[in-house]
Amino acid sequence: MTEQLKMDAPATDRRLDGMAQGLVGAPLDRPEGPLKVTGTATYADEYRIENLAHGMLVRAPGNSGRVRLANREAVAAMPGVLAVIHDPRLLRNPAQGTANKAPVQDPNEAHYLGQPVALVVAESFEQARHAAQSLEIALEGGAPRPVDPETAAYEPQPAKGVDQGDLDDAMAKATHSIDVTYRTPSHSSAPMEPHASIAQWEGEDLTLRGSYQMLKYNRNELADALGIHPDRVRILAPYVGGGFGSKLGLAPEAVAAAIAAKETGRPVSVALTRPQVFETTMRRSETRQRVRLTVDPEGRLTGIGQAALVSNLPGEVFSEPVLQATHFLYAGENRRLSLDLARVHRLCAGSVRAPGEAVGITVLECAMDELAEAAGIDPVELRRRNIPEKDPESGKEFSSRRFREALDSGAEAFGWKDRPATRSRREGEWWIGYGMASAARINVLKESRARVTLAPDGTARVETDMTDIGTGTYAILGQIAGEMLGLPRESVEVVLGDTDLPAAAGSGGSWGASSSGTSVYVACQAIRAQLAQRLGVAETDLTLRDGQAVFDNRTESLAAILNGDEIVKEGHVLPGETSKAVRQATFGAYFVEVAVNGVTGETRVRRMHGSFAAGRILNAKTARSQCLGGMIFGIGMALTEEMAFDDRDGHLANHNLAEYHIPVNADVPQITVELLEERDDWASPLQAKGIGELGICGAAGAIVNAIYNATGVRVRDFPATLDKVLAGL
Amino acid sequence: MRPFDYHRGTGIEDATRAAAQGSFIAGGTNLIDLMKLEVMAPERLVDINRIEELRGIEATDGGGLRIGALVSNTDLANDPRVRRHWPVLSRALLSGATQQLRNKATTGGNLLQRTRCLYFYDRAMPCNKRAPGTGCGAMEGVNRILAVLGTSEHCIATHPSDMAVAMMALGAEVEIVRASGATERLPLDDLYLLPGDTPERETVLAPGDLIAAVILPAPVEGRQAYRKVRDRASYAFALVSVAAVVAVEEGRISRADLAFGGLAPKPWRNRDVEAALVGQSPSEALFDRAADILLEDARGHGDNEFKIPLARRVLKAVLADLTTGAAA
Repeated sequence: MTEQLKMDAPATDRRLDGMAQGLVGAPLDRPEGPLKVTGTATYADEYRIENLAHGMLVRAPGNSGRVRLANREAVAAMPGVLAVIHDPRLLRNPAQGTANKAPVQDPNEAHYLGQPVALVVAESFEQARHAAQSLEIALEGGAPRPVDPETAAYEPQPAKGVDQGDLDDAMAKATHSIDVTYRTPSHSSAPMEPHASIAQWEGEDLTLRGSYQMLKYNRNELADALGIHPDRVRILAPYVGGGFGSKLGLAPEAVAAAIAAKETGRPVSVALTRPQVFETTMRRSETRQRVRLTVDPEGRLTGIGQAALVSNLPGEVFSEPVLQATHFLYAGENRRLSLDLARVHRLCAGSVRAPGEAVGITVLECAMDELAEAAGIDPVELRRRNIPEKDPESGKEFSSRRFREALDSGAEAFGWKDRPATRSRREGEWWIGYGMASAARINVLKESRARVTLAPDGTARVETDMTDIGTGTYAILGQIAGEMLGLPRESVEVVLGDTDLPAAAGSGGSWGASSSGTSVYVACQAIRAQLAQRLGVAETDLTLRDGQAVFDNRTESLAAILNGDEIVKEGHVLPGETSKAVRQATFGAYFVEVAVNGVTGETRVRRMHGSFAAGRILNAKTARSQCLGGMIFGIGMALTEEMAFDDRDGHLANHNLAEYHIPVNADVPQITVELLEERDDWASPLQAKGIGELGICGAAGAIVNAIYNATGVRVRDFPATLDKVLAGL
Repeated sequence: MRPFDYHRGTGIEDATRAAAQGSFIAGGTNLIDLMKLEVMAPERLVDINRIEELRGIEATDGGGLRIGALVSNTDLANDPRVRRHWPVLSRALLSGATQQLRNKATTGGNLLQRTRCLYFYDRAMPCNKRAPGTGCGAMEGVNRILAVLGTSEHCIATHPSDMAVAMMALGAEVEIVRASGATERLPLDDLYLLPGDTPERETVLAPGDLIAAVILPAPVEGRQAYRKVRDRASYAFALVSVAAVVAVEEGRISRADLAFGGLAPKPWRNRDVEAALVGQSPSEALFDRAADILLEDARGHGDNEFKIPLARRVLKAVLADLTTGAAA
């Protein structure tokens, strides 16, 4: 009953192109959209469960020392308090994405300021919060800890780097070269829905209503943290109010809720406050990046160097993969890429939207802008001249790559030819400038499963533990099933976010749609095969449309073919040889116009365009929305977003949305998105690649490059807040 | 949030008496946040929202306006009289917060909102304003948004209001009902205290003293502007703001009423700056001299040093704007 596809060969049959329902690619609305905008989609902490108790996490007030609960008895005696929990299983920080096991559990020692070290449980949320605020955490025997990545001890990450040719020699011989150092600060995911879990035990079986991106991993992480078998754990997350990486791995509130529910014998909810979301979920590592680029007289890159310093807590394996797309984006025979991981006692670093490229390509693209100027070559043209024929390090072919088309089409759509000379166009107080940057992001296929049931009445149901974190999974999986089975979108029900259902790849790394979509495709192929068998025709001769089968010049309804039976198939996709045989990535280009105030240094983005190629587009509307979201993230990265850490103790100072400045509507101008037609047979049988993160992979660089074009001021320390621009005006 | 008593004030006298041990609450847009964080923990909240005498905007005999303490920021900004005669106030209000907050926030509450200093908001941090004697975490910490004028060695917090800056430039007065029942009027400038050794004391109000209204004097000749510089286009506090009412007669500046936000623990007005401008012909050199006077004692603390040159640039731009073409 399970059909398996291991992606060992390119899917050149392109079956979706031959289907008749016309759903795949169509800009369909998200079916759950009306529930969300009317407040009737139930999120994790919104379940009204009888006898529910509330827990509030308590933070360590410093980054070092043994934790002692100084007034535990007094707090336990406060009104409504049910328990004060200081259990050794409490998580120090969330699990990294796909960890599949518990992260560090150590509430007895403070590792960073803000670490959850205890939980207070009470009858009401308000009682729990007040009691938690009343619990005094004493830290004993602490010592100063390193909190500054640039002075802390670090560990080289040789597996992430490359040393090819002789970059120093290339620097010495180059016609033009640049050697510049950029810095990017930490970023917070800041999802709209704060992280929250409700834990409920029935005997030894735990049900957790949570807000998570990757349930099959989260289940194992939760079981491991609690010391129980994964079969005892069920996680439900039908709606997730944004994740951006912060809900990839199991987080402290889930384990705390489970422990509290067991101890109190009641269902327990633990929701993070907004400051806790900032302090106890993942930050994107800050980076320091030294970039060296060299070109020959024709503007062809001869050398690329990128040396990055990132940071994380001791014990965490994740190191921001800054170099990920630098490995293949541009040609250049002399290449030295290196990554160092500093150990600091700041809150945990992990995946935040497009880990690696979001900061790595952004900085590379700023450096390319500097090189273009040094070499006297138009920035678009410099990039066009340096598109490598093959992966410049491995020599592998690209699976598909419409990078040049994105550059050309984007430049045309934006009107790049009218780009002003540096610091030359002024409108009143405002300097006007254009900037551009390339976009690149690796493509990944992950193991995923889905079950598809074709019911006797000719309707279908798709079931998988895949999540929809606001990305459009409900829409897309329904479209794929409808397309393959010849059903209108309304005839397909999609059920997600339940670990009792077949295990999917989860939402993250831009792989969700293509991986889970492929599992649905495989299941539907099997159903088609069975229908064809019933009809005695070849599956490829079967046309399914609007609940009818057309074959051999005959038409018959699905209900008639099924004759009271249902067909149930599970699709199971596994990555295979195609992941290794070729270089798979998505590409694009951003174009931006900014106005920079000559008096104050304030920057306003006036318009923004992105042209992207990511294989087959499964839903033109949700794909566009993903690109818009990424580019808006880019505006934040470029201009305002920065987690401000206190150098003395490493604590996050601006842990609220009033002072951590994500863009507001007034910061976001007209943005246009072009999605280029592309098919990638190596990526998946859908010919689709991931598009979820492509929109942020360089976007901020285009803005900062535009600020330079407008003003002649190079800001190499993100974000380009007005004080940094002002310093050069 | 610590448990508290709630008292619904039935009248001004009832409210002031009840608030002798407590805090007034009107819009609550700042107080409730601070109570949730237990940065503020009043034992009693006295709700003044039902007190009719505190509502409404009325013309005064002197040609000004009496703005009730409960008038919302939205209503005040949109009042046709304010828009016509005191546009600097309307602009300042509309540059603050968001529409939803402005609908809820009141005139009296806006004047009394607390600083946005990150160390004030975090109970794990030292803060002389929140917990006197614990020290100032911001002085050598993250202080980009904090003050460069009027600070003390104990506190560098800024007052975050936009509205109050415009009112300061307009020479507004506050009408206060003391807990004793006495009513008095005070120039807005005299409402606020500088931090000195007691940063926890921000105004001259004693417990139970209620701001009943703000009085705007009659409109004056001149052009008005409110310029706010901030990190994003909306929903951000001022890094530097300038409220200005400037008039030029026969080529010379006849009025230069100026107030500044984002620079100091209170809306900042420096009469010496104005005196240096009045009677002079507008020129860049003159504006520089005004900025010199304004910033003579300014002192940055690292992150916030940029405010000093920024304030100069913004002041000069505003003065240039308001005096250009106004000579006739």
